[in-house]
Amino acid sequence: MASIRHFPATHPLPDWRNLGVMLRALLGINLLAALGALMSAPALADWPARCLEAAALVEPALLLTLALLYLVRDLLRRLPVRLGQASVLLLAGGVTGGLALVAVDFYWLFGHAVSRMVVLAMLMSACLLGYFELRARVFSPAQTEARLAALNARIRPHFLFNSLNAVLSLIRARPQQAEAALESLSDLFRAAMGDPAARVTVADEVALSRQYLELEHLRLGERLTVDWQIDPDSLCQEIPPLMLQPLLENAVYHGIEPRPEGGVVSVRITADRDQLQLAIANPLGAGPVGHAPGNQMALANIRERLALYYDLEARLEIDQDDQHYEVRIYLPCHRKPY
Amino acid sequence: MSPETVLKVLIVDDEPLARERLRTLLGDLAVQLPSTVVGEAANGLQALAVLREQAVDVILADIRMPGMDGIELAGHLGSMPKPPAVIFTTAYDNYAVQAFDLNALDYLLKPVRAQRLLTALQKVRQSPPPSAALLGEIGQQVRGGGRSHLACHERGRLLLVPVPEILYLKADLKYVVAHTRERDYLLDDTLTHLEAEFPERFIRLHRAVLVARDALAGVERAADDDAEAYGWALLRDLPDRLPISRRQWGPVKAVLQG
Repeated sequence: MASIRHFPATHPLPDWRNLGVMLRALLGINLLAALGALMSAPALADWPARCLEAAALVEPALLLTLALLYLVRDLLRRLPVRLGQASVLLLAGGVTGGLALVAVDFYWLFGHAVSRMVVLAMLMSACLLGYFELRARVFSPAQTEARLAALNARIRPHFLFNSLNAVLSLIRARPQQAEAALESLSDLFRAAMGDPAARVTVADEVALSRQYLELEHLRLGERLTVDWQIDPDSLCQEIPPLMLQPLLENAVYHGIEPRPEGGVVSVRITADRDQLQLAIANPLGAGPVGHAPGNQMALANIRERLALYYDLEARLEIDQDDQHYEVRIYLPCHRKPY
Repeated sequence: MSPETVLKVLIVDDEPLARERLRTLLGDLAVQLPSTVVGEAANGLQALAVLREQAVDVILADIRMPGMDGIELAGHLGSMPKPPAVIFTTAYDNYAVQAFDLNALDYLLKPVRAQRLLTALQKVRQSPPPSAALLGEIGQQVRGGGRSHLACHERGRLLLVPVPEILYLKADLKYVVAHTRERDYLLDDTLTHLEAEFPERFIRLHRAVLVARDALAGVERAADDDAEAYGWALLRDLPDRLPISRRQWGPVKAVLQG
């Protein structure tokens, strides 16, 4: 199943090019080294010195191993899981042994035998691989997909029933407009109930968002104005589905509906060399009438989905003052599935 | 209401198509229940303006609207000599539906069915209108805050004072007076009630005075022999000085510093 490969956390052998994985490996190994230092330290006061010593031994091998893993990621993924894991162990052991032999004087200085270093490196790597395997079980593809499906299918009932009401009043007077509205509504729900693991392009998501906004326009009329600023380079970028539409729904619900005079929702999509940025802004300050609850849910929802799709490589930021509210999502560019 | 009379209906909804839909349904029901739509409004404020010019039997009002919502609109009707009946509508609103069900108030779910609208129109005159106090309570629950406007009756006319424009409120004998930059208004509410309804907006200075937090410019201690007040509050936009009681001195200073 092709889609499984999209989620960084669901394979027992992690994606060595993912920032989150690298960070976890660095932290994990250093933590083990610190633990080892504690065990070998005669007194607690000696621990910091032992830690430094251990770090000096561990770091070069660790960094080199990670760099090599970065290079051979695709190769490892093609092997059976156990063989892949064994290769990682051998690589870690090999790098450590190699470094120790090259810098033999440096290592003997600390009084460590090469064989001991190799065994230690392989044991530490085994611990790390065990952690990644457990983590993959927690985020099993089936669970991840179910979770994503549940997260995706969250179009506000408020919007659905108001739209249906609008369409009903169009049917007699303006049947063609009613047809178009129902078609848009159906596209929107197809997207919401579609394959959550599929990747769409920015162009697809923008098209869907336009359909959604047309429906809102039907209801709100001139109160809703949308300002699109889309960098043409961003249109072919791949993103997970429904990244934009829920944020627009939020912007309309919290920024436009509570204001009698309406306002402008602005959408800005830019792409530079390695980062794609989606920004949605809406006015605030509606006085006492507002939709108090519900805002945090949609944002928490998108945050969770970003974590499932990208681990640590994507982030969501919120800017807010008395008058304006802006949500920005940063995604890695050119992220090809491995 | 005799069967021959034509029911005068006012439709209030911020969405034009939702109003159109109700108008169509009333047309469909004309045989069973003759009615005429005497006006449309996009929120409670506009609806009250229509009511000043026009006699209305029934208002169909959306619960949530910007400017002034349907619940607040219904609350302002109580003071009219012959208030129209109100039927509430909502498309989907968990908070409102819960609050209405809890208090056994009727409402129509959008999209509205013709039959359901007919029943509601037929029985709306039989049940007594909900009290202003109940509407105030439900309004607070649904919108999570106080009203947008306070009512002031002047020579038989209803004036609406936007809450954000009120700088301070002062109790004089039987009445509460709201002071804005332009003028003063006699209100029907009590100070205690207003303090409870707008805790975010007003702070008590004195037994008889509430002030808008953002209108407060500073405070100064009164002379020791001043029997009237422990301190005085200065306002941003008015030259008026307001008395602060000994008890409120601490909390008021905290607001200025916070």
